[in-house]
Order: sequence, then C-alpha cells, then structure tokens
Amino acid sequence: MLISLSDINKVFNQGKHNEFHAIRDISLHIEAGKVTCLKGSSGSGKTTLLSMIGCLSRPTSGRITLENKILSGLPERFLTDIRRHTFGFIFQKFNLLQGLSVLENVMLPAYPLGLNHKDLKASAQKLISHFGLDRVMNNPVEWLSGGESQRVAICRALINDPQILIADEPTANLDTRLSQEFMGLLDELRKTGKTILITSHDPIVFNSPVVDRIVEMQDGQIMES
Amino acid sequence: MFLSPAILALILVSAVISLMLILASGFAIQVLQKWNINSGSELQLNLERRTYLISTLLIWAFASELISLMLFIYNAESMSGQFVGAMCATGVLNVNEWGWPTLFLKIAIFFSGTIWLALNYLDNKGFDYPLVRVKYLLLLLIVPMVITEFYMQTRYFMEMNPDVITSCCGSLFSVDAKGVASEVSSLTPRQAIIAMYGSGLLLMLSGTWYLLRNKGGLLFSLFGLTAFITAIMSIISYISLYIYEHPHHHCPFCILKSGHDYAGYTLYIPLFLATSLALAAGTISYWKKIPSLNSSVAVYAPKLVYLALIFFNIFYILATWWVWQSNLTMESIWQ
Amino acid sequence: MIEFFRKQAYLIDFTMSSLLRRKGKNFGLLLVYTLIVFMLASVMLFSHSLRKEAGIILQQSPEIIVQRLVAGRHALIPAEYIQKMGRLRGVTSKKGRLWGYFYNPVVKANYTVMAPDHLDLSTTEVIIGAGIARTIGLGIGDYFTMRSNNDTFSFQVKDIIERNSELVTTDLVLISPKAYRVITGIPEGQFTDIVLSVRNPREVRKVAEKLVQKLPDIRPVLREEILRTYDSIFAWRQGIVFVLLIGALLAFVIFAWDKASGLSAEEKREIGILKAVGWESADILHMKFWEGIIISLSAFMLGYLAAYLHVFYSSAVLFESVLKGWATLYPQFKLVPFIDGLQIATLFFFTIFPYVVATIIPIWKASVTDPDAIMR
Repeated sequence: MLISLSDINKVFNQGKHNEFHAIRDISLHIEAGKVTCLKGSSGSGKTTLLSMIGCLSRPTSGRITLENKILSGLPERFLTDIRRHTFGFIFQKFNLLQGLSVLENVMLPAYPLGLNHKDLKASAQKLISHFGLDRVMNNPVEWLSGGESQRVAICRALINDPQILIADEPTANLDTRLSQEFMGLLDELRKTGKTILITSHDPIVFNSPVVDRIVEMQDGQIMES
Repeated sequence: MFLSPAILALILVSAVISLMLILASGFAIQVLQKWNINSGSELQLNLERRTYLISTLLIWAFASELISLMLFIYNAESMSGQFVGAMCATGVLNVNEWGWPTLFLKIAIFFSGTIWLALNYLDNKGFDYPLVRVKYLLLLLIVPMVITEFYMQTRYFMEMNPDVITSCCGSLFSVDAKGVASEVSSLTPRQAIIAMYGSGLLLMLSGTWYLLRNKGGLLFSLFGLTAFITAIMSIISYISLYIYEHPHHHCPFCILKSGHDYAGYTLYIPLFLATSLALAAGTISYWKKIPSLNSSVAVYAPKLVYLALIFFNIFYILATWWVWQSNLTMESIWQ
Repeated sequence: MIEFFRKQAYLIDFTMSSLLRRKGKNFGLLLVYTLIVFMLASVMLFSHSLRKEAGIILQQSPEIIVQRLVAGRHALIPAEYIQKMGRLRGVTSKKGRLWGYFYNPVVKANYTVMAPDHLDLSTTEVIIGAGIARTIGLGIGDYFTMRSNNDTFSFQVKDIIERNSELVTTDLVLISPKAYRVITGIPEGQFTDIVLSVRNPREVRKVAEKLVQKLPDIRPVLREEILRTYDSIFAWRQGIVFVLLIGALLAFVIFAWDKASGLSAEEKREIGILKAVGWESADILHMKFWEGIIISLSAFMLGYLAAYLHVFYSSAVLFESVLKGWATLYPQFKLVPFIDGLQIATLFFFTIFPYVVATIIPIWKASVTDPDAIMR
C-alpha cells in the first residue's frame, strides 16, 4: 500500500451561500506499482481527488498518507517539495509553455531544485531521445503535433524521476490511434516500476488491459472499486 | 525645514516602510487570532498564503531600512555645509534633539529586522510553522519602532533651523565636554582596547564553545552585541584618532570620507554584518528543542556562528591594521 | 548553498527568456522607467555639479568681505577703514575692492565689472568674460564700449577669460581701477568693499565679531555663509523640481502597478503551469523578483547613463534655463563629471523603491495561484 486516504472531504467556498462539497468522506488505498484509473463523468470529483493525492491541493478534512508520511495538513511549501520528488503530472491539454523549446519544457520542473545544469540537460536529452523526439529537441513546442506534445508532456513528468505518475484525462485531446499508443507507453512505464494514477471517461483507457484497477466515482463519492 | 531630494527620499521611505509594516501587522493580527495549522479550511489556506506576502513586504522593508540608514548618514554629511559650526555628520545630527535618536533607532530597526528575518527563515523550514506566533508577535513589537522612527525623522528634518549654531565632532566628542559622547571619547585608549579586545575574546570563546558543544547560542548573540558596542566605542575613543592621525579628533563619521581612504567602510561593513550574523545565530539556536526545527537549527546555527566569527575577525584585523599603519604616536596618553 | 545559487541562475535564465518572449509589454515599461530615471538623474547631476562648481570658485574668494552700511543699505567704504581695523590676529591681508554692475541695454544683459589692482591693465584695456565676447561677437583686439552718465568709453579687449570656470566669469568685465573710478565717479579713497584673508577657518567668526565691535557701521560677510546659502539654495531648487516631478513619479507607480497586476491570460497560464509542475510560491516570487531587478537595473543604468551624457556632454540642454535662471549671457561650460553615493541612494529611493513597492502585492497575488488551477 502506497497511498492511503481516509475520510477525505473537500469543500469549496466554505461558509458562503455557494458552498460546494466536491468530495465527501472518501477512503481509498492505492497500491504501488499498479495502474489505477479513476472513472467518472465530469463533475464527479475525480480531478479534485487526483489533485489532493498529487499534493496540488489540501483536503478540507481527512488524512492522506504517502507510505508513512502524513501529507494532509502540510503547508504548500512542504507539499511542493514532496510533490516534485514524488509525482509527475501529465495534464489534459499537455500544458506546455509556448515559446520555449522542447528541451526547456522538459527541464522546467527541475529548475527549483538547483541541479547541475550539465547533468540536468543530459538526463533531459536522454528522456527526449527515449521517446523518439530527438529531431524536434530544440524546436519550440508550438510546432509539435498532438502526439509529439503528449510525449513531451510525459518526458516533463519524468524529469525528476518520480515514483508516481499522475495523468488527468490524458487521452481527451488524442485520436484513437494516439490514445492506444499512449496506453502502450504507460504499460512500458508500469514495467519500470512506476505507480500510475489516471482519471478518464474514455473507454480506450479504462477498458485497456494496462489498467489494473478501476475506481468509479459519482458526485464526490466512490461508487465501486 | 529643508527641501532637498535626499530629505524627501528619507521621509518618503520612512512613510512607505511604516505603511508596509502596518499592512503586514494587520495580517499578523489575523494570523495570531485564526491560525490553525491542522485545519485544511480555506481560511487557513489564505492565511498561509498571506505569510508569503508578509515575508516579502518585510524583506523589502528591512532592506530599504538599511539603505535609508546609509542615506541618512550621507545626507547628514552632505548637509554639513549648511549649518554654522557643522563640519561633518556629527554637527548636522546635533542640529536638534531628534538627530541622534533617529540614527540610533534606524540601527536598532536594522538589527531587529535581522532577527525577524532569521526567525522567519527558520520557521519556514519547519513543516508545522512552529514559530508563527512568536514571529508575528515580534513583528508587532517592531511596528511601533518604525512608526516612531518616521515621526522622529520627520521632526528632525522639519525643525532644522539653519540659524542654529551647532556643535560638531570637535566639541561633542571632546574629552572635556559633558555627556555620553564625551564620556566615550574620554575613555582612555587602554580602557577601550581592553573592552574591545576583551569582548572580542569572549565572543570567540563562546562561538567556539557553540561550534564544539552546540550550547550557548544566546550568550554568543549577547557577546556579539557587546562586541558591537565596544567596537563603536573604540572607534570613537582611539581608532578614529589613528585614522585621522590627529590626537583629538574623535569622530565616527569623518572616517567615511574619501580624505581618509574610506576607512570607515572597511570597519563598519564587517562590523554590522558580523553583529547581524551573531544576532541571527543566537535567535536560531534558541529553538533547537522544537522537533520540526531541530535539524534546521543544527545546519544553520553553526554556519551563522562561523560566519559571524569570520567577520568579527576581519573587523578586528582591519581595526588593528589601521592603528598599526598610522603615523600617529600617542605615547603621552599611554599611561 | 550551491543549490541556492544554481537555482537563482535557472530562475534568471527563465526570467530573461520570458521577458524576451513579451518584448512589447516590457519594452513600454522599460521606456517609461528609463525616462523617469533620466529626468530625476539629470536634475540631480546637474544641480549638484552647479553647486560643486560654485563651491570651487568660492574657495578662491576671500574669507571675509566687509561692507559699510548707511541707513541699512550698502554704501561705499572709505579707505581709512582699513587702518581703523588695526591689527587683527589671524588676518593675513586686508584690501579694498572696486566692483559693481553695468547694464547694457543693447544686449539686455548685466555685466559684473571689477577693477582688480593686481592685473597690469592700462586705462584703455579690458578683459571680458567669454559670455560677453560670444554675445556681442568680440575677439582680442576689438573694442568694447561702456556708457556712463554722459560719456561713452571704449576699451580694447586684451584678453578673454578662460572657460573652465565660466559659470561665474561669463559676464565679467575687468578694467583698471583708474578707469573704473572715471566711469562710475567713485572718488579716490573710497572702495566698494574691503576683503580680509584669514588663514585659520576657526578664527573667521572671532575676527568678524571683533570687526563689528570696532566699526559698528560695517557688515562682515563670511565666505562660509555664502557657501552655505549656495548649498541650501541649490538643494532647495532641486527639491522643488523633485516635488514637481512627484506627479510624474506617481503616474509611473500607477503604471507599474497596472503592468504588474494586469497579467495576460497567457502569463497566468504560465504561472499556473509552473506551479503545477512543481514550482513553489516562493520560486515564483523569486522569479518575479529577478524580473523586477532586471528591468529596474536596466532602466536605472540606461537612464543614469543618458542623464550623465545629457548633463556632462550636452551641457543639460533640456532644462538648464530652469535651474540656472534666465540669463542672456548663457554660460556654455562643461561640468566636471562625478558620481556620489548620496545621489545614487536618493535616486534609488525615487525610482527602484517605488517600483518595487508598487509591484509587491500584484506579484504576490500571481504567485499564490492554486497549483491545481490548471486542472480545472
């Protein structure tokens, strides 16, 4: 067991007339080395839950532990530190920085760590060539195709060598062929021992043999898992 | 009332710093009342975000305070032509009763700022922000100092009267006059030397003790402060005489002038730096018993002690060197 | 420690590239910022060097000038006053001076006419200041005319005064004492004033006190007092100009605030992405801090350099009339370049400090963006 959540609640606009319970009393265990998929329609709270697991936000109440460390209640300064060493993120719209080259985009998450520039560049280049992007390494990211952008986003997620990979609706902007290609890449990553967490409502994802476990969500609660 | 750009700048800066601190202390009061690190509520999240703003405001406020201290002295120096009897900053500070208190307050704020920033830095290393209340209480204590400084400085400049014949370093720091300044000047070099090198020795010993045993951090700060005071007294009492090569010129400001090779900077910069570091070291070392800070204290406090010792040593070496290379011989006073 | 510096290097690198990616927006800010620094720095450099110049000139003037007052007004002083003063301790020389002003209606200018006795001028010779020579178009050997009550006197220009201290000598006319007495009708045995040299500056006041006791109808004017007046007048004029410029400064602060708080959607997205991929609020704050430093330092250096060139190499063409007063005989002098700490620190507080204060809150707001905002 890697990550465990108990009685997690997340409330937005607390105490105001538009108070909104995004997550209600969720308890969940996520195992190491597996691919887990959070399935549900938009508004079901899966992205909110994912962002709390990934230390992007804090639960209003409840307890999240990573291995034996308690994450909930840590201030942002420390959450960020854990996040950048533990989690890699792949976002729905890839979210690459326009105007920067592929190489720079991949190196970006490591900037605040203050690593040796030569080493960092070398590991970024290794990742980029591993994902077959040598040819476009120094091109600005706005020249890339959808599939290439996706692979740059994966490289960026892996630059700090995280244990856990988090992907939010990774196939939403990809066609079927590219989606399947993406699942293939995930499988490869799983084989290297990464724990993977995906949210999706795309059947290509949750019907894929790569996914070990499906957690279905609705209205901020878990329906079945 | 004088209206020169430097004076305008000084008044403006004090006013803005006061406003920044009032703003920060408003947040500080909210934090003191509502802070609950264990809560994940939006209120707590907002308070935590506010701490970034407060830190940023204060870093800038204290940095500006340091530059304003320098500007204050430069300005006093440059205005010496405008008052009868003023030959350097001392005379201009003597123009009315607000000059010296303003200067002392600026120095005090600078050192308090150092302590606050050290505390803040350390607190940010503890995952549960254990010093949050301490540091914001301290902030609330600094705010009145800053406002008082603004008030005193404004009155100092408003009440400057060019008709007043002021007394300059020649009379203020003379052995025959009365008052604290002349008491300092009339310290015999022997007393001053014993005080300065004696407190320096105590400082070195307590620093070494801290580095070896991890004990006595506050004592080290205290000796640092004592070393600062004895160093300033020594500058007035005898070091300046050697720099001026004049047996009766006890002035802590004229040594900043080009005519004396800017000797003052070589003394004041290491001295102020060393004292700040020593104060920061003591501040940090005090919290080693808090579990979340324990490891940070163990990393940073010895570093600060070490740096403080280096800069104090630089000061002592330079001070000794200025005396040693001087052509002035004061055998008559060496009884 | 090394990580800290490397991290700052990465942040600076990133900041530079992000500044360059938004050239338009940042160029506008840089331009306005530079202009503000330029204006303030020009005023400071210019009036400060005028003050210095005046100080240098006065350094050569006598320590005490003795004037006689009749009914509270400056009157001619009889030569026997020199004897009446007697021996005063510390006074090294006593001398009567002849000088006055002369208005030339043709060029509408006032000349300062002096009749020094140490110059070997014959009664028909004259030495004039460069400003006069320029205005009327005279060279050495030409004739210079002065009209008194009924008569017109012509003098041959023997020399034109060098330009290194032109500020004060520009309108100067030097003639022989004899000629001066003829033109002005000042009888022999009378002087405009008497000047005393005192070697030890500490004795000046004592000497002045003694003079007033001995000769109650005189007024001693001390050099240090003139210097002090100059000092405060120049500081005051500079202050007035600064107060006038505060409006511009305020506009700049609002502009900077607006620029810093009006982040484009693109910039907001960028900060959101950075936070999501693992940058912390403090990292964003540092990055923005470097951005401010880069812009401020560029503006400060460009503005200061431009002001320096403006004041010392183009003689402050833009506003010399404001600070020097409107004189027809314009001095055309090159000021001696210099830089001092007081000025830099003052300028810092009038430019970089307001910029920083104006941008703290907007920057903080940007830096505390929710890290998960990008996922919503």
